[in-house]
Amino acid sequence: MSEPTEALVEVRNLKVHFPITTGVLFDRVVGHVKAVDGVDLSVPRGQTYGLVGESGCGKSTLGRAILQLTPPTEGEVRFDGVELTTLPAGPLRSMRRRMQMIFQDPMSSLDPRQNVESILTEGLAAHAIGGGRTERREIINKTLDAVGLPHWALSRYPHEFSGGQRQRIGIARALVLGPELIVADEPVSALDVSIQAQVINLLNELQDELGLTYLVIAHDLAVVRHISDVVGVMYLGALVEEAPSDRLYRQPLHPYTKALMSAVPVPDPDIEDRRERILLAGDLPSPANPPAGCRFHTRCPWAQPTRCSDERPVLRDVGGTKVACHWAEPIASGEIRSHEVRVELVRPADEGEAPAVVSAPSEPGAYL
Amino acid sequence: MALLDVQDLSVTFARRGQRTVHAVDGVSFNVDAGEVVGLVGESGCGKSVTSLALMGLLPRQRGVHVGGTANFDGTDLLSLDQRSMRDVRGRDVAMIFQDPLSSLNPVVPIGLQVTEVLVRHRDMGRDAARKEAVELLDRVGIPDPRRRLKEYPHQLSGGMRQRALIAMAVACQPRLLIADEPTTALDVTIQAQILELLKELVRDLGTALIMITHDLGVVAGMCDTINVLYAGRVVETARRRELFAGRRHPYTEGLLASIPRLDAGRGEKLTPIRGSVRDVLPWLDGCAFAPRCDRRVEACVGEPPAMVPTHTGHEYRCVNPVPLASKEEAGA
Amino acid sequence: MTLAPGRGKKVKLDRLAELSAVRDDERGVSLWREAMRRLRRNPAAIVGAVILVLFVLVAVVGPFFVPYGTTDTMGIREGVVKSGQGIIPGPSADHWLGYDHQGRDEFSRLVVGARQTLIVGIVSTLIGLTIGVFLGGLAGAAAGLGGRWGRALDNVLMRIVDMMLSLPSLLLAVSVAALLGPSIVTVMIAVGVVSVPIFARLLRGSMIAQANRDYVLAASSLGVRGSKIAISHILPNSLAPVIVQATLTLATAIIEVAALSFLGLGNPDSAVPEWGLMLADAQPYLGIRPGLAIYPAVGIIITALGFTLLGEAMREALDPKLRR
Repeated sequence: MSEPTEALVEVRNLKVHFPITTGVLFDRVVGHVKAVDGVDLSVPRGQTYGLVGESGCGKSTLGRAILQLTPPTEGEVRFDGVELTTLPAGPLRSMRRRMQMIFQDPMSSLDPRQNVESILTEGLAAHAIGGGRTERREIINKTLDAVGLPHWALSRYPHEFSGGQRQRIGIARALVLGPELIVADEPVSALDVSIQAQVINLLNELQDELGLTYLVIAHDLAVVRHISDVVGVMYLGALVEEAPSDRLYRQPLHPYTKALMSAVPVPDPDIEDRRERILLAGDLPSPANPPAGCRFHTRCPWAQPTRCSDERPVLRDVGGTKVACHWAEPIASGEIRSHEVRVELVRPADEGEAPAVVSAPSEPGAYL
Repeated sequence: MALLDVQDLSVTFARRGQRTVHAVDGVSFNVDAGEVVGLVGESGCGKSVTSLALMGLLPRQRGVHVGGTANFDGTDLLSLDQRSMRDVRGRDVAMIFQDPLSSLNPVVPIGLQVTEVLVRHRDMGRDAARKEAVELLDRVGIPDPRRRLKEYPHQLSGGMRQRALIAMAVACQPRLLIADEPTTALDVTIQAQILELLKELVRDLGTALIMITHDLGVVAGMCDTINVLYAGRVVETARRRELFAGRRHPYTEGLLASIPRLDAGRGEKLTPIRGSVRDVLPWLDGCAFAPRCDRRVEACVGEPPAMVPTHTGHEYRCVNPVPLASKEEAGA
Repeated sequence: MTLAPGRGKKVKLDRLAELSAVRDDERGVSLWREAMRRLRRNPAAIVGAVILVLFVLVAVVGPFFVPYGTTDTMGIREGVVKSGQGIIPGPSADHWLGYDHQGRDEFSRLVVGARQTLIVGIVSTLIGLTIGVFLGGLAGAAAGLGGRWGRALDNVLMRIVDMMLSLPSLLLAVSVAALLGPSIVTVMIAVGVVSVPIFARLLRGSMIAQANRDYVLAASSLGVRGSKIAISHILPNSLAPVIVQATLTLATAIIEVAALSFLGLGNPDSAVPEWGLMLADAQPYLGIRPGLAIYPAVGIIITALGFTLLGEAMREALDPKLRR
């Protein structure tokens, strides 16, 4: 996509910090979990932005913060030019009609006590759409057709459906209000492998038919590949790389992206044998205590003695890709080689421990 | 002579007032010494229940029936009583489970859980066992193992816990390791670490490994032979390259065509498999995959299809298999 | 796993090939209906239900059919009951359970006593239930949805509940009796108030757990107001453990009321029969006629058992994890 399309969603310096409290009677704040720590991104209208990252990177929190379901601690979110963070409750609720969410777990995202008709009517009722029962029925039936569910599903309850069908109900619920933006939080990860394709295809079709804009949040790089125009990679609360989908997969620039790509299994024995693995050492640092400087430098096979440990890199443009790495160009040209990384063990609650040397990743090569 | 030879394994769960569930419905496969064998399938195909049956870990209740044979180096695992099975477990056959948090005892320190295995099966004294445990934890890549001994599972991350589980499993250098979805609950970069570790261990110790997963990418990188399961039965068996390059069973074909791949382009349409795992025919009445199969013919319903053997050892359970020529169209 | 029956293969196959695993010839089965289905199959539930139905029948209809009045001290008039000398006749053809220490027909008193016991059990549980659900529901909704102010409100409400928790029922009963005089109302209030914290905490915990579920987030993202979410989504899904607790509390309420009556805090006028009171009055005559104590005791035990069985069965029936 070379022509600049206007952005439907613009996010500036978004931060979501959750306070950590202790205390028996009165909560005392002792620290913050920096789930999202300064993210800028824009979602082009009519396209799909894929947000990838592993657990703990903050992508789900970012999605919810954009929709104001989790209140951001700092930063701005503009939806179609309207600033959402300062909107009062009433106008925000009306705005919700235009931006909807699809959730990961189809079982827990549907109220088990509501039948499908009730689930779909709820949104309509909340926004007073559709004059009477017949009008609403019409809208609902059309939505059911669009997602491929039969009309008699209306009287059924969620537990009577399979996982894939429940996810379709969730999609129908989001669609019934006629939104412009849909944030899909791990839309297929809870589904069986052979069902994932059905839902991915459905999402693509709906986007073509209805001109929807998607923000797809997923940990599965392959899924994101199939559905995104632009892909952003998150690590520990920050975007480390953002590029058009083809370019990101063909030539990742950020060390973390390279490692991530090389780790995804591909169902092709030749590729699996040929490819070079970049193995990251150790665990993800705690979001309550991210490393100083570049957040990735403690596990980065290309970390350099200067700048990486004290200067936080800014997301900057390198030949059409946005990358947050001080040494992106030398790494890409091969000037800098990868090296051994000392492992710092991270506990779920505390900081890292005394490090030990671990088997080294090999030199950069083909990741696919 | 295969190390493990499973013939016609079947597991049925019968509960009063509910329909009998044939979780495993005639599974046969074998594992040679030092070989890595994959059991691939989606949820409900019976792969996990197979591993539990082999390890003798199925609940001993009235409604649970296990049939068939599992010949492990001369002994039928399924015919062993609880006591003999306990000796076999850990010493000859060990298992790695999916969720390390629920597989490790949360109130017992890691060190104790590892030494317990050593004391039980290798008759080691406590001090010798502790030394060995430190070496084991080091071998699986846990940094600063001496300190780790005293720690509890919740103090370690998911990847480290899985490494600890692997350490417990290989403590007695079993001849066969069964890994049931060992990396499904882990992040992809951690998964790569763990799989790499498993590959190393298998190579160094000469252990055979049964890798149970739903991820075809994982088996493509790890396994020598792959068995594809559907509805409780093996529908295709092949050496690694043959399966991916020349799959015959429509289910395998359907799976490969429907999973999103890292090396595919944006907008390349995925071909899903129609219906869901619930749309199934009992094996007695024909091919269980028939309701969802694009290549369904008259002969598919009525008689259960038999495994068609070929000279390369590639077998498939289909009367109308995917023709060999199609491997050129279905690209990598 | 193979589950579908194989009848009419051809037709079945074609229909199965469609994207559907749901039979389209029925109405939807809600969770309640499924729970009822499971209850019906549970033998413990059936036994419990039978006991309770019998109990309610006896309590409601029985008094119309008793052979004698409950205050008629015929035994003394007729001269057959001389409690002071240790003569209390037992079961006979005319008096199926004999006389009590005041010459009244024991059987009639037992039957009429059932009604009083039932009322007492229900009322005291209802007192606890309504207050507890109100406090717990408010606290749970506030904590789950309200943000900082919500959590503060929850804190305050829970401290109130904690204060109630620290009151033992005996102490409370004695205090209320001092205010209102010993009566059946005193005892019901005492037992009711003491059960408030149980319901409050149970509902609050359940609601907070539900408030974190995705469907609540989905409702907010649809634009539904917080109060509506609390009432139509969170509350119905949180009630299951409370209902189960209510049935169990009914059982213990009956026993507790009996205990407090036994201690003299209930209705001092033994003319109106109530099983706990009858048990208390029978105490001096245990040596002469133990039956006077055994009959009401057995009644209490069986009734409590019935409620407990039903409550446990309901817990199992409503448990979403056991759902297949």
